[in-house]
Amino acid sequence: MRLINRRAGPVSRVALAALPFVLVGLAYASASAARLAENPQDRVLPSPATLLDTAVRLMTDEDRRSGEILFWGDTLSSLTLLFSGVGIAAVIGLCVGLAIGLVPLVRTSLQGFVAVLSMIPPLALLPILFISLGVGDAAKVALIAIGITPFLIRDLAARTMELPQEQLVKAQTLGASTLSIALSVALPQIMPRLLSALRLSLGPAWLFLIAAEAVASDSGLGYRIFLVRRFLAMDVILTYVAWITFLAFAIDWLLAQASRRLYPWAEVRA
Amino acid sequence: MSFVTVENLFQSYGRRPILERVNLTAEEGEFVSIVGASGCGKSTFLRLLLDQERPTRGEITVDGQPLRGEPDRSRGIVFQRYSVFPHLTVRDNIVAAEGLSRPLGRLFGTVKRAARARAEAALERIGLAHVADQYPAALSGGMQQRLAIAQALAAKPRILLLDEPFGALDPGTREQMHAFLQDLRAETRMTVFMVTHDLPEAFKLGDRVIVFDKTRWDPHDPAAYGATITYDFDARNGGFPYQLQEDQDDLERDEDHPVASPGRPADA
Repeated sequence: MRLINRRAGPVSRVALAALPFVLVGLAYASASAARLAENPQDRVLPSPATLLDTAVRLMTDEDRRSGEILFWGDTLSSLTLLFSGVGIAAVIGLCVGLAIGLVPLVRTSLQGFVAVLSMIPPLALLPILFISLGVGDAAKVALIAIGITPFLIRDLAARTMELPQEQLVKAQTLGASTLSIALSVALPQIMPRLLSALRLSLGPAWLFLIAAEAVASDSGLGYRIFLVRRFLAMDVILTYVAWITFLAFAIDWLLAQASRRLYPWAEVRA
Repeated sequence: MSFVTVENLFQSYGRRPILERVNLTAEEGEFVSIVGASGCGKSTFLRLLLDQERPTRGEITVDGQPLRGEPDRSRGIVFQRYSVFPHLTVRDNIVAAEGLSRPLGRLFGTVKRAARARAEAALERIGLAHVADQYPAALSGGMQQRLAIAQALAAKPRILLLDEPFGALDPGTREQMHAFLQDLRAETRMTVFMVTHDLPEAFKLGDRVIVFDKTRWDPHDPAAYGATITYDFDARNGGFPYQLQEDQDDLERDEDHPVASPGRPADA
């Protein structure tokens, strides 16, 4: 039987899906064991048991100075910044993208401008943001928003322009104004596109967040990673990285579920 | 004064002429079928009637008024595809015919409930009540087109434009749709323009069948000239053109002496 026609059965499906995770885990465990056998004080590849201990300690132990659990404080701080930045970007991206996609005059005026804007490397703007907005939260939210807004605008404008011309003409023959076409024909149809565009832009959003936190901050997941780097605390770094990965994955999954739940009609076509 | 008047209409895209010197008058309540080869400007003509694009020259008037430059509620349209809104349920697609003309594009409160009740009645009449809560993608092609026609009619247009509405349907469904359309038309007596590729369909449904074709033809440059209306058949009396009635009688007489019988090459 040809390879392209072979499918996994129910059991082998689970096994195949788990295989890469298991392999990476094994590779790590053996490398760690090898290093620790050579030097029990080695800090570069802590053993899985140490990692687990560290994770439990991070999630439960209070900080001696502030009395708070830093891990959860960092998580709250980072997620607040991330959601603020992504939220602002989503609103701007939706409004401007819809306007560019639907209104030829706006398209003529803004399409080239947005294309140029989207070529500016956002991280190069970070110093400007720190200088103009200070080193507080505003600059970090701004970096995330600036980083992903051009992509959202361009993607949503393209999706809006993909709406069949027939639908827009049909709406006009039913007496719809530009505003009611935007609100009742175009907007509901690009909402699922917004959710999938947001899923794609979450990766960059985390990148900008951690970069900004690494440069100047006093809390946050990225801040903590770059802080403990000085003490070579690989166990803390790895725990934080795993936690960030889990958060990103969970948000992505929630967005996918939301899209399926809220826009069932979009599934049929896709 | 005719209801729809097309006077000396020209349309070209860039330097490519599509339509030349098109003149047409139609009475209120008439069903005009439009046929012609592919690329002869039938759909362009329909778009001009819809006011989706402006003619290069000439004018179209409806009830004495020139068209205003964009589609509006006086002329409904059904396309071959994409005519219904995929994000609305079947019922809400009908409600949208009333809601979209509001400032925010939707209805609220008691007005909305009344519109939903009317939509329910409309769906009952066209036999789609059992799928009222489903999305159009779950419907068959014939049901989608029935919904599209009902949606267009819910806005109570004075003219209904059909752009190959049944082109994507299988023959059985097409027959049903013909009956459906004929019933609706008997009820509303509205003016209809229908573009079709199917000649029997054009003669079956239409009161008139107009043919678009090129009157001038340059074999070295087929796109050099545009098309115009070359024939205007009277399609009443069961679809037999009045002009051909005598030929028809002749044909029936000739059947006693078949020209070629099956199983024998025609040129033998």
